Amino acid sequence: MHPAFSVVFLTTLIGVGQGLFLAIFTGQSYSAVELLPSEDSIQFYAMGSMLALAFLFAGLIASLFHLGHPERAWRAATKWRTSWLSREVIILPLVMFLVCLYSLMHYFGWDTMLFTSKTGAHLQLTLIVGGLGLIATLALFLCTGMIYAAIKFLQEWATPLTVINYLLLGSASGFVLATAFSSYNAPGLVKFYGIWATIITLAALLTRSAALLRNARIKYKSSMQTAIGIRHNQIQQKSMGFMGGSVNTRDFFHHQSRLFMKSIKWVFMLLTFFLPLLFLWSGIEQANSSTLILAFLIQYAGLIMERWFFFAQANHPQNLYYQSL
Amino acid sequence: MTQLALVIDLNVCVGCHACVISCKEWNTSGPAGTMCDDNPYGADPTGTFFNRVQTYEIGEFPYTETVHFPKSCLHCEDPPCVPVCPTGASYKRENDGIVLVDYDKCIGCRYCSWACPYGVREIDEHEKVMKKCTLCVDRIYDESLPKAERKPACVMACPTSARLFGDVHDPQSEVSIAIREEGGYALMPEWGTRPSNHYLPRRKMRKHIHKDELVRADNPLKKEQRDHAEPIDAPTLDDSTSW
Ligand code: SF4
Ligand code: SF4
Repeated sequence: MHPAFSVVFLTTLIGVGQGLFLAIFTGQSYSAVELLPSEDSIQFYAMGSMLALAFLFAGLIASLFHLGHPERAWRAATKWRTSWLSREVIILPLVMFLVCLYSLMHYFGWDTMLFTSKTGAHLQLTLIVGGLGLIATLALFLCTGMIYAAIKFLQEWATPLTVINYLLLGSASGFVLATAFSSYNAPGLVKFYGIWATIITLAALLTRSAALLRNARIKYKSSMQTAIGIRHNQIQQKSMGFMGGSVNTRDFFHHQSRLFMKSIKWVFMLLTFFLPLLFLWSGIEQANSSTLILAFLIQYAGLIMERWFFFAQANHPQNLYYQSL
Repeated sequence: MTQLALVIDLNVCVGCHACVISCKEWNTSGPAGTMCDDNPYGADPTGTFFNRVQTYEIGEFPYTETVHFPKSCLHCEDPPCVPVCPTGASYKRENDGIVLVDYDKCIGCRYCSWACPYGVREIDEHEKVMKKCTLCVDRIYDESLPKAERKPACVMACPTSARLFGDVHDPQSEVSIAIREEGGYALMPEWGTRPSNHYLPRRKMRKHIHKDELVRADNPLKKEQRDHAEPIDAPTLDDSTSW
């Protein structure tokens, strides 16, 4: 496929936003069961989730550039019964609403204690709103992943690994950002987030590598023979039916060399996984916020390449009809 | 239930592109608006077409055959492009099985073109909506046209009658009979899309002439005992001598 930058930015930006919200909410849940000290509502929970909202919003804006008629985008909410894209269109604003509400409730102190146990564990109203946000966030990861995984003849995408990778890669970037963010606003949490960021990044490394291995040995179901229905081993296209290009030659192929495809794979593995882990570790050791920010920026750059590669690697069967590419 | 479709005879198609031109002419002048065409005479022409005729070479030189292969939306019975559409702009008509795009609802997200394995949906880069073959839905029901012309523009244009049009659910229709008797097949059956359009395969036309067929046994001249002056291997007009 031809990677559209609008979609690359949409999926990576909302991934960061979702991951950061998960991180902030995890922090609050840990403090609710007294595993962590609770943080300043405004400085940490409100600001952190506002930052997550900013990423989600940026993703939403990026997505509009993908549409031919953004003014009709509301129509995309109608076919949620059959279309994962429609489901995403509904859930993204819902996540944004819940994250915004969570942030405002912390900011203005609209919170009440609903329940306190003898051991000190407690349940607040914000925790419930955050919990709903958590469910919506996970549902959004599922929708985003399924948009790609549901197209069965894009065989590189049609695997549960696609959904898992969206979840883990998005969460990894969010937790790395949370580590950097906490180094400014809640220094006590840097280690906590750093460890989680490391674990999630390592898990993502595993599942992304699994997807790469799987895709390296894919056996395509469609062939020239099934495409035109002629049983002969030697079929060569002599004409695509036009002399210039068409959407079919532009939208479905990346037009890059093999070498480029091979090298970008290693570059994104380095930038998404290995370098951020290194910077994360050194940032935490030296308590250096800028190193942590750098870890996030490097990982985000890696994710842009990862997403580019994710699209470019998918081989659409329609390309069989456009061999003279 | 009706399922309108095209049946394309690869044995007959000569690759003249008349259907492509006729399709573009009809549909770009239709009520749904023009189909874009950039640099038609320039260096890098591009535009929206519902129908393309491709050419393939089968076999290895010198034992090759050229196959011309017209390709347009196959109006699948189980179209993967329809359920993915988030707006409902892409839909399959209940009454005749035609798969259509509502240009007023389409947001141009291209998702349906990803979900069609055949690459027959083309986004119009000027109008920013998805376009594809409509089976000339604005023609086939037009009662102001003579009955014989209520067919898709491509079918009307084909000089070799390689394109048949009809209801593939009616077992006695011309298309169903052709599919049944000429070995009609669907493209990429592996995806379960059940295309309605079918293709008729290339067929070898061979005629065996036996020796006794070379001489006309019942030549009336023989009866009358009138000798013929021509030798038996003299050239004839119809490959069989009068002896
Ligand atoms: S050929 Fe493609 S566009 Fe046409 S109905 Fe089938 S899947 Fe949809
Ligand atoms: S491009 Fe139009 S018809 Fe296709 S899926 Fe998007 S909204 Fe539906």
